[in-house]
Amino acid sequence: MYWKRNCALTLALLLVWFGVTFGVIFFARELTFTVMGWPFSFYMAAQGCLVIYLLLTLVYATWLHRLDIEYGVAEVEDE
Amino acid sequence: MSVPAGSDRAFFNQLKKYYRWYTLGFLLFVAMLWALEQMGLPKIWIGYTFMFATIGLYAGIGIMSRTADVAEYYVAGRRVPAFFNGMATAADWMSAATFIGMAGTLYLQGFDGLAYILGWTGGYCLVALLIAPYLRKFGQFTIPDFLGARYGGNVARGIGIMAAIICSFVYVVAQIYGVGLITTRFINVDFGYGVFLGLAGILGCSFLGGMRAVTWTQVAQCIILVIAYLIPVAWLGMKYADSPLPQFVYGQVMQRLALREQELMKDPKETEVRQIFGARAAAAKERIETLPKSYDNGLAAAKKKVRDLSAIQAPIPQIRAAERTLDWYPTSPEEARTTWLAEFSANAARAAPLMPHGEPFWSGNPDPVKAEQERSRKRVNFLALAFCLMMGTAALPHILMRYYTTPTVNQARQSVFWSLAFILLVYCSAPALAVLVKYDIYTMIVGKHFSELPGWISAWSHVDPSLLSVTDVNGDGIVQLSEIRLGPDIVVLAAPEIAGLPYVITGLVGAGGLAAALSTADGLLLTISNALSHDLYYKMIDHAASTQGRVRISKLLLLLVAVVAAYVTSLKPGDILQMVALAFSLAAAAFFPALVLGVFWKRANRQGAVAGMLAGFGACVYYIVTRFAFLQGLLGMNPADWPPWFGIAPISSAVFGVPVGLVVMAVVSLATAAPDGETVRLVDFVRYPNLAPSDPGDQTTSRHREAGSG
Repeated sequence: MYWKRNCALTLALLLVWFGVTFGVIFFARELTFTVMGWPFSFYMAAQGCLVIYLLLTLVYATWLHRLDIEYGVAEVEDE
Repeated sequence: MSVPAGSDRAFFNQLKKYYRWYTLGFLLFVAMLWALEQMGLPKIWIGYTFMFATIGLYAGIGIMSRTADVAEYYVAGRRVPAFFNGMATAADWMSAATFIGMAGTLYLQGFDGLAYILGWTGGYCLVALLIAPYLRKFGQFTIPDFLGARYGGNVARGIGIMAAIICSFVYVVAQIYGVGLITTRFINVDFGYGVFLGLAGILGCSFLGGMRAVTWTQVAQCIILVIAYLIPVAWLGMKYADSPLPQFVYGQVMQRLALREQELMKDPKETEVRQIFGARAAAAKERIETLPKSYDNGLAAAKKKVRDLSAIQAPIPQIRAAERTLDWYPTSPEEARTTWLAEFSANAARAAPLMPHGEPFWSGNPDPVKAEQERSRKRVNFLALAFCLMMGTAALPHILMRYYTTPTVNQARQSVFWSLAFILLVYCSAPALAVLVKYDIYTMIVGKHFSELPGWISAWSHVDPSLLSVTDVNGDGIVQLSEIRLGPDIVVLAAPEIAGLPYVITGLVGAGGLAAALSTADGLLLTISNALSHDLYYKMIDHAASTQGRVRISKLLLLLVAVVAAYVTSLKPGDILQMVALAFSLAAAAFFPALVLGVFWKRANRQGAVAGMLAGFGACVYYIVTRFAFLQGLLGMNPADWPPWFGIAPISSAVFGVPVGLVVMAVVSLATAAPDGETVRLVDFVRYPNLAPSDPGDQTTSRHREAGSG
């Protein structure tokens, strides 16, 4: 069960990762409206996607740590 | 893992204290040099001070962290806190090419260059989700270790060793090349000496202390390179975006840049210069088409000119110029073809219309149908390149190896977050820097008279004309945009001077570039020597080797590999950056399927892994060899007979290699016997953070402690 939920979370985050990257680039020429001066697709490729990637790694680390504790599979931590 | 709670926390606090003082000390050092510059210290001395002080510092950390303990030498004792491992990984990751070349690539390619930004950051999602925590749980020393244990036998391990060495060696040569370039530019030494000076810096820290020394040096290097990158960006931000953090507001500058681009597109003077380049390109094309007759005619004309000028006793400089043209005239019609082809493409490129910076997949082709084709080809290649770089990131052994060094699985997961956070400091700044520098050049340089150009232009074009050259092509005395040619590296190198900062910051940028190159080179050299000493020698040849013996062999090999790499670099191999990008594809195809399926699919077995790795790697190599222009020329193949699949450039060959590897691995695994119980237990051990190892191997040695480091 722990492993299944881990896989489900991994898959969900991978879908976000793929969807954001592929979506922004594939439709880059259509997404040209301006956000605070940036063309939207340029902003996403230069900064927006990067921040989303960072959040994905943070969400994964936090949720899995919680999952570890919930299923009692966490290592003996030093904190 | 019987470590008293709180001891890791104390270690963490101690490290924080050390590095806080270190950062403060470094800033004071820069301030002191600045004061000395004001008092008249010559520029070259500032360059020397930065180079020798930082190399000395890295060597000092290396000597302080010397060790002969196996776990310390290979994985820094597995007690690097997530935060610091993140910093070390960021320095390990950001190479000379990233630090010096990235912003310039974005300047030249506009939107399309962002494929590198996306590819080299998005890969960390794959590292975090699919690889890092499981490798940490597995808890051995190298990537081939994992392949060897998971798939059993020496074949999978052997292929892993081979692929790790090929990818890392190409990459390390590029880093040492970067060190050579930086030292030649900042302290004016010969390229060959620069290479060996850099080598001393690399060996100084990795030779004595292995991973432990490399880790603490990389943290120090990370601090230097981030400071060196952000200071010029902040100053330029103050100048053009009224904010020291232009990363958040450079959108407005982009709007102003777009308006300026519109103006320049309509400027008749720009059109005039482009037409001159167009005419030159057409002339070169005509000469190529009329070979070999044009070769003889050109040679005769050049000889005649020298004779005529001498006959009428023209001024000496004119005669010299004519003689030089004759000396440089190609020695054969074949050589003439290559030279003139280069001449044609250089001129044709400069005749192309202005590219709007923010427009995705731009095409300058006047024919709308062809332009549309070109744009969709650019889009496919952007996606292919981004995904190859991402999968390559998640497969490069020198990065993955770093995640063995954290104390726990949970810290390995957090550590990916910190790695990406430090990488983003630079990667979010590079596109901003490109836009700010472009705006400066478009408004402050273009349209000015040649006599009123700022000093940095002549200074840098004097250092190396391939970095920057501004020539009055149409002879009107005014700079047109099309008259400026710049190499990608100039954007970062000249940024401090463009921002109006003193020379000491230029020196700091040099030190940052050196830190980026050295930190990556350290990690790569260690990967290669560990693959040879630990995987090949200890695991495959001499199982009985003593621990001291293993570390000794490792140090010896490190020295050997470093000298070979420096020797290869001093030969100045061409197309080195191309080769690095190829290394990403090769690493992705060789490692990615075997590593990921090894954790997520219990049914994957040895036969499948071996077949999948070979097929994926083979598919990549096949595509590169048959589609890469340089190799096509070498093998005498006609490019027309080998059209690229779906228009994909060979640099992104992993787009084919990874799926081939995955499919072959799945099919062969299913067609052969399921893996034994031992392997299945190993997979479970890797998946659940709390499970104890099924065999009491090297695991127990991993928590050896020594007081203080860094």
